[in-house]
Amino acid sequence: MPTPRVLILRAPGTNCDHETAHAFELAGGAPELVHINQLLEDPSLPSGYQILCLPGGFSYGDDIAAGRILGNQIRHHLQQTLADFKEAGKLVLGICNGFQILMNSGILLPDAESGTSATLTWNDSGKFEDRWVNLATGSENCVFLQGIETMYLPVAHAEGKFVTRDQTMLDTLNGAGQLALRYAPLNGSTDGVPYPDNPNGSELHVAGVCDPTGRVLGLMPHPERHVDPTHHPRWTREGLKEQADGLKMFQNAVGFFAAD
Amino acid sequence: MKLWEIDIYPAPGQPDLVATAVATDASDMGLADNLAISAARGFLVQGELNEEQAERLARELFADDVVERTVVAPVGDPQLQQSPNGKSRLVHVMPKPGVMDPVADSALNAIADFGLEANTVRTLRKFWLGDLPDETLSALTSRLLANDAIEQVVIGPLPFDHLQLGSAYEFDLVRIPIRELDDDGLTKLSKEGQLYLTLVEMQTIQQHFQELGRDATDAELESVAQTWSEHCSHKTLAGRIAYRDENGEQRFENMLKETIFAATQQIRHDLGDDDWCVSVFEDNAGIVRFDDDYNVVFKVETHNHPSALEPYGGANTGIGGVIRDPLGTGMGAKPICNTDVFCFAPPDTPADELPGGVLHPRRVMKGVVAGVRDYGNRMGIPTVNGALYFDKRYLGNPLVYCGNVGLIPRDKSSKEPQAGDWIVALGGRTGRDGIHGATFSSAELTSESESLSGGAVQIGNAITEKMVLDIILEARDRGLYSAITDCGAGGFSSAVGEMGEKIGAEVWLDKAPLKYDGLSYTEIWISEAQERMVLSVPPEKWDDFESLCRNEGVEATIIGKFVPTGRLQLKYNGNEVADLSMEFLHDGRPPVVREAIYQAPAVKPLTLPAAVSIDLNQTLLKILGSLNVASKEWVIRQYDHEVQGGSVIKPLVGVKNDGPGDAAVVRPVLKSHRGLAISCGMNPHFGDFDTYHMAASAIDEAMRNCVAVGADPSRIAILDNFCWGYTDRPETLGSLVRAALACRDLAVAFDTPFISGKDSLNNEFSYEIDGQKQTISIPPSLLISAMGQVADVRRCVTMDLKEAGNALYLVGLTKNELGGSHFSLVEHLDGGNVPQVDIEVAKRTFAAIHAAIQPGCVRACHDLSEGGLAVAIAEMAFAGGMGADIALAEVPQGSEEACNVTLLFSESNSRFVCEVPWDKQPDFEHAIGGVPHAKIGRVSEADRLKIEASNGVLLIDCDLATLKEAWQSPLRW
Repeated sequence: MPTPRVLILRAPGTNCDHETAHAFELAGGAPELVHINQLLEDPSLPSGYQILCLPGGFSYGDDIAAGRILGNQIRHHLQQTLADFKEAGKLVLGICNGFQILMNSGILLPDAESGTSATLTWNDSGKFEDRWVNLATGSENCVFLQGIETMYLPVAHAEGKFVTRDQTMLDTLNGAGQLALRYAPLNGSTDGVPYPDNPNGSELHVAGVCDPTGRVLGLMPHPERHVDPTHHPRWTREGLKEQADGLKMFQNAVGFFAAD
Repeated sequence: MKLWEIDIYPAPGQPDLVATAVATDASDMGLADNLAISAARGFLVQGELNEEQAERLARELFADDVVERTVVAPVGDPQLQQSPNGKSRLVHVMPKPGVMDPVADSALNAIADFGLEANTVRTLRKFWLGDLPDETLSALTSRLLANDAIEQVVIGPLPFDHLQLGSAYEFDLVRIPIRELDDDGLTKLSKEGQLYLTLVEMQTIQQHFQELGRDATDAELESVAQTWSEHCSHKTLAGRIAYRDENGEQRFENMLKETIFAATQQIRHDLGDDDWCVSVFEDNAGIVRFDDDYNVVFKVETHNHPSALEPYGGANTGIGGVIRDPLGTGMGAKPICNTDVFCFAPPDTPADELPGGVLHPRRVMKGVVAGVRDYGNRMGIPTVNGALYFDKRYLGNPLVYCGNVGLIPRDKSSKEPQAGDWIVALGGRTGRDGIHGATFSSAELTSESESLSGGAVQIGNAITEKMVLDIILEARDRGLYSAITDCGAGGFSSAVGEMGEKIGAEVWLDKAPLKYDGLSYTEIWISEAQERMVLSVPPEKWDDFESLCRNEGVEATIIGKFVPTGRLQLKYNGNEVADLSMEFLHDGRPPVVREAIYQAPAVKPLTLPAAVSIDLNQTLLKILGSLNVASKEWVIRQYDHEVQGGSVIKPLVGVKNDGPGDAAVVRPVLKSHRGLAISCGMNPHFGDFDTYHMAASAIDEAMRNCVAVGADPSRIAILDNFCWGYTDRPETLGSLVRAALACRDLAVAFDTPFISGKDSLNNEFSYEIDGQKQTISIPPSLLISAMGQVADVRRCVTMDLKEAGNALYLVGLTKNELGGSHFSLVEHLDGGNVPQVDIEVAKRTFAAIHAAIQPGCVRACHDLSEGGLAVAIAEMAFAGGMGADIALAEVPQGSEEACNVTLLFSESNSRFVCEVPWDKQPDFEHAIGGVPHAKIGRVSEADRLKIEASNGVLLIDCDLATLKEAWQSPLRW
């Protein structure tokens, strides 16, 4: 199996593209940065890649709402392209703004009758916050999270509060194991996940969601910001770990194709 | 053509976050308690849209129907007047026509992507308030909801049914009969035309045109005014100054050149082959060597005057502007981190004590932080370092320092525009925004500035700049242009004027893409509209360049040509509107000649309160809770400080990621472990004693912050940013020259080059009380920013205590230096000795600390600054979640014996506390060598800080939770 090719989609305002490419490189993938305009011009472009990654940033300034404009562009012009990509058994990863775009585009969760099934809205704190969070995984089949039980990663967003249209939707997603990544208490306590451990007030402390196949994942935390041991905020206290937590996600993605 | 309004409210059951924030602010600012308010955001959309289409846009584009509900109707429809909360007073706030509205611009494009037709979009904010008295409503709108400098307020229904922006411009060449004016006429022309030139300068221009035998056009006068402005030419500090102090008189032909620049020249000369400076005080930012492949660049700017009038926009465009400096340095550097330092009046200033025209400091602070946050985060540049200083003298003139570090390939570090190259405008369009920013920044602020200079205030559009950044780095690496610079103060006038200085340029102003119709040729020429760069593109590269830009949706336009004439020629539709010689423009300014006097205030002894009356625990808690010292976590977390993936030492460190780090460390090249440490130093309070020692202390502080995390003291580059009062007064200029002399002395002694700098003068605010003019001048405010280098970031250390049992060493001498200290501040004491720097000891200390950190002898290291030893140890303890037992008996002292208060709180320079594992003590002591040091205690298992006097009395005995709470609570907003 040749090295999996990773299409890292960038748009006006994308800003985590370089470090995300670096993370895929460390994991053994072959990333390339592709501008949304190139993709709109040639929607068949992704067929030459195995992994599509929508990195973090502020696509189109997050004007109107985070990920809204690019999400709509994908809805209007690239729906089929992405459906084909998923159909072909390939992987899609949306990080932070990428997760917001996936939610807005309907790629991750199909629309309910009355509109989108769920959303990522303003943090309860009402502001952008950069802080590290504990995460626990809760999905059997999510390709990216295989072999990972917990991770320690930073979040950096203003609109990351996961809210479903209604309780039924929440229950359905939960029951299907799609609420793949949750915020967990920092001190290991068992009574809930209060702010700031859950940094935005997400329902059921959801930090990441996957599709039923487990091959499409969106998450608010930034795994690409914890791929070197010196990224850890307390490495000067706790020592340099052998492997940084976020790297495993990228290795899982690359390894998924190597294992085939 | 219909004008639709789409209002978006939180859905039932969802929080109204905007309303909550407004109510909190109204209460905090003393405007209204328990304000009942509902908020909506809205869009005015004008176009050929039917109701179904407008509804579709509301549903699919504008609102999130999981958490929001909408009201969609044509403007004027009664539905839009239906209150959601039963409150009757409706306030609309909208950007004034012509003010940048990035969300509206994006919305317009997004609507087109739906295949629908709209020609104009404007955003609005809507507030529903109770039946408040008009007076309260007016105070709320003007002080909190809207800013008159950029926004318009409509109370009740919107009084228009269509949107219009700009009308066609009819060319009319304006000539100004400058040759005939007498001195009064020249002065009047300078002031009313907002040229802000002196009479001598006006006379020089007059004489030039008399010699030419013709009158000047308005564009010519503006070009000269921009180029000769303080902002662009630094004429005061680079001018002739006769300076007198206690050591006699010194005459400078060019003060900056003979002090700060000269220091760098001497350092470079002394280093010889080891010189690691690449370009200093030449380009838009200073450049130094980083590794075999890259150089790094650094620049810090101020954006004080605009931030005083419109904090959000001022800070927003301040950071946006300084990012364009590295981007316009050499052939373009990649911005890799930001640093931001702000000075405000205390946020608890009573609202009724504010002079007219002054915004409440709390509002200024929130606006400034939000402005930097929104621009920096959108640019994807981590904001890694900063500081806040509070003093009531910043009331009328808050200071906003924004800095940016960039990375540039070594072979792209210089540029040379060529005759025959196209002059290309890249990025944002030109509008009427920002007219007269360069000359305005030279003017003193008054209570009328708001109405006079509103045009100089702007909002940025970060995404336009990010798109420009992406294009530039690609085009740079493909070699598609021969030079680049930023469009900053003075707009095209400065950018083209500077680039073409050695060649000559012809500019076709009618070619510049405009945001809307109606701009005159002069407005186009001097507009400071944001997010624009000017490039020099060889004709044979144009096609490639243009197609690269087109592919990413960035506008690039040829607006002229560099021609070997030595002249600056401006045309508008073929009509010549200006023709100036580059020589007159750049070298014709008469030298500014100033007198400067420094007289040190007499040293007053500081009388300590009787020992019995002072509870040192309380004093320590008060200092920890004083605003300069208190935790800045509220600010720091709002900045993305980790984007770009190179974060090594974050601004917040320790067991709970919330202790105050000394300097941030980043790895700009992800494949390498070589790093940069970014820090700063500033001590406005010391300036009240002696600006020489203030400057020396600021340099020492910036250096020791860098050294404390592991930077190599022999590879630190520094920047100066002078913010001062009215320098026409000899005493004020004298205090600045004195600071510059310290910069020279310290730089040379430390071998630490200044590589760039900037000044902002005349930071004074005047207003009237009962017909009497009152003036508030800021304290002398010299910011020193430092960029250190770290050979291997894995050797860095942080300031939090790590392990119980480890030894604590104090390195450096503690002297009787409580003058200007935070102890004096919280105890309301006056006088004392201001901290000085013993240059020789300081240099050895920095080297010794580095020698101890490198081999791993140091587990934690913290510099001693505000609050001295007691505060430093307290911070180390609560950051690490570990106690400390300290004995003052062994503290190394200066020649004069110090009392306990001094040992605890003196702010003597060049000191560090180091935590050293027991088994590393011999190695540590060996590395520290002859530098004064002593073991003063140990890290303890208990959650307490204990500090014992030499007689065994416990001076400080406090639990960590109390210490930390005192430090965290004041700015936990």
